[in-house]
Amino acid sequence: MTLAAIASATATTAPATVAATHPHGFLSPTGAEIAFLLVGLVTFGAALVTVTTKQLVHAALWLVVALGGLAVEYLLLTAEFIAWVQVLIYVGSVVVLLLFGLMLTKAPIGRSPDADSGNRWAALAVAVAAAAALVWVVVDAFRATWMDLDGPAAGSTAVTGASLFQNWVLPFEALSVLLLAALVGAIVLSRKAKAESSSPPVNSRGATGSSPSVPDSRNHTFGRNGRSQGNDPTERNTPSQLKNPTELKNPTELKNPTKLKNPTEHNNPTEQKGAR
Amino acid sequence: MNDALDVALRLLIVFVVFLTFPLIVGQTEHKVMAHMQGRLGPMYAGGFHGWAQLVADGVKFAQKEDIVPAGADRRIFQLAPAVALLPYLLVLLAIPIGPGEGAVGQVLDAGIFFVLAVMGVSVLGSLMAGWASANKFSLLGGLRTAAQLLAYELPMLLTAASVAMAAGTVSLPGILDAFHWWWLPWQLVGAIVFFVAGLAELQRPPFDMPVADSEIIFGAYTEYTGLRFALFLLAEYAGIVVLCGLTTVLFLGGWHGPWGADGLGWVWTLLKTALLAFVVIWLRVTYPRLREDQLQKLSWTLLVPLSLAQIALTGIVKVVFL
Repeated sequence: MTLAAIASATATTAPATVAATHPHGFLSPTGAEIAFLLVGLVTFGAALVTVTTKQLVHAALWLVVALGGLAVEYLLLTAEFIAWVQVLIYVGSVVVLLLFGLMLTKAPIGRSPDADSGNRWAALAVAVAAAAALVWVVVDAFRATWMDLDGPAAGSTAVTGASLFQNWVLPFEALSVLLLAALVGAIVLSRKAKAESSSPPVNSRGATGSSPSVPDSRNHTFGRNGRSQGNDPTERNTPSQLKNPTELKNPTELKNPTKLKNPTEHNNPTEQKGAR
Repeated sequence: MNDALDVALRLLIVFVVFLTFPLIVGQTEHKVMAHMQGRLGPMYAGGFHGWAQLVADGVKFAQKEDIVPAGADRRIFQLAPAVALLPYLLVLLAIPIGPGEGAVGQVLDAGIFFVLAVMGVSVLGSLMAGWASANKFSLLGGLRTAAQLLAYELPMLLTAASVAMAAGTVSLPGILDAFHWWWLPWQLVGAIVFFVAGLAELQRPPFDMPVADSEIIFGAYTEYTGLRFALFLLAEYAGIVVLCGLTTVLFLGGWHGPWGADGLGWVWTLLKTALLAFVVIWLRVTYPRLREDQLQKLSWTLLVPLSLAQIALTGIVKVVFL
């Protein structure tokens, strides 16, 4: 349950950031503080829905709300750079990747009864423990610290960059090496999978219309609700692969070059987008 | 009170630009495409050379019935056009049109990050539409959209980073303040990569595999009718305006011109933006569509290495010569 892990991570950070507002100005909150608290509540609620909803794609979309709420919290703390990076990386890329993976493998419309994990009480315990630890650490570390939001922005790009590359350059470089290792590892793994699966021709399975019971490592294309799912477009797809093999009763239909395999079909601008 | 009025006026201007410029681009596309294909294009609506064609189209779209398929996920299906369109409105706020603080909707400290982040969000709209339609072609279109975004976001970011390195700031007005004419040849490769990647992110031809009507019947938007479909179309044209404006600001010097940059800077910005929009239309008419694997290959094997080379070049010039 990586989704639950991500969501519980956001769920744990949300109360942690909310709690940080309390030590000072508790009785006379300013507008920014009230907004901070409200956005924190929304973020927390969205994170809760993310892990409790039974509709998988809805969970991913609620994750967008939770991550976007975090970005707003950064903005309210004048950390503009961090806020936009949060939107760029998490909302723009991570969630898109997540949705992409969901749609490739299993994204039924409506509820998935099997979406509940038997471990949910254990997951809840871990989430609560992690949240408690984080809240305790944050409250203990910033006990009496007060951030002046009216002064010059404490989180502007220049300030963030200076502190990142003067004080924290070693962790930064260590992290980039870690990411590089992950990147190289992913490439090596995908090359290995390609070498192994290249011996049987890619088309044979679809052309014989065989049962989809043995998907190989590259093609998890079969949704449970009978919806055809797409293939990985990063591969060299033959158009025939894009169809759900269970539907292709007629092998000759696959080989019809005029319909399916016409890569030279040019873009006819007059036909595009129909009549407006 | 004066501040509030100022903010309201800026928002109003940005909103009006948001409503009119995409329509102007759309009408230009009708006419330019028509003339490139040896025909006249719209001639009757409004009387003079069909200038009111898009207004008529808008009326037509508004009259059509708004249909949600029975098997669709209703709320997400209806929400998707707004998610696709609104980010472009926000991006327009940050694009400076002339020198000084008076000519930009809102000065942002991390402007480049803002515009690229928010533009990336609009792709979520296509994904939501593709999934919620309960239609195979829509789902395939959504998947292709996601794959295309993931592939082309990287070169776009890298080339924008190259400009930020050259200027020493990530604020859009700051970049324009630092601009010199010789940045044009210096950042030429980056400009081309940025523009091409932006076109791909907008799914404009020749990168319109996710919405290709003749093979995937308009992809994620197959099930949309009426006003919601019009909103997706508007998002596409607003995207053209935003992309051309951004390319102008980042790579072509925005309000800088051979003369008259002080008073007439905004004219230069609009002129360059319009020229780029013309190029976008031109490409649509002249280039055949890239196949899905060619699309991916172009990004990963050509644009990403080129943008990395541009960053290296920027770094070397910056350290050695400046």
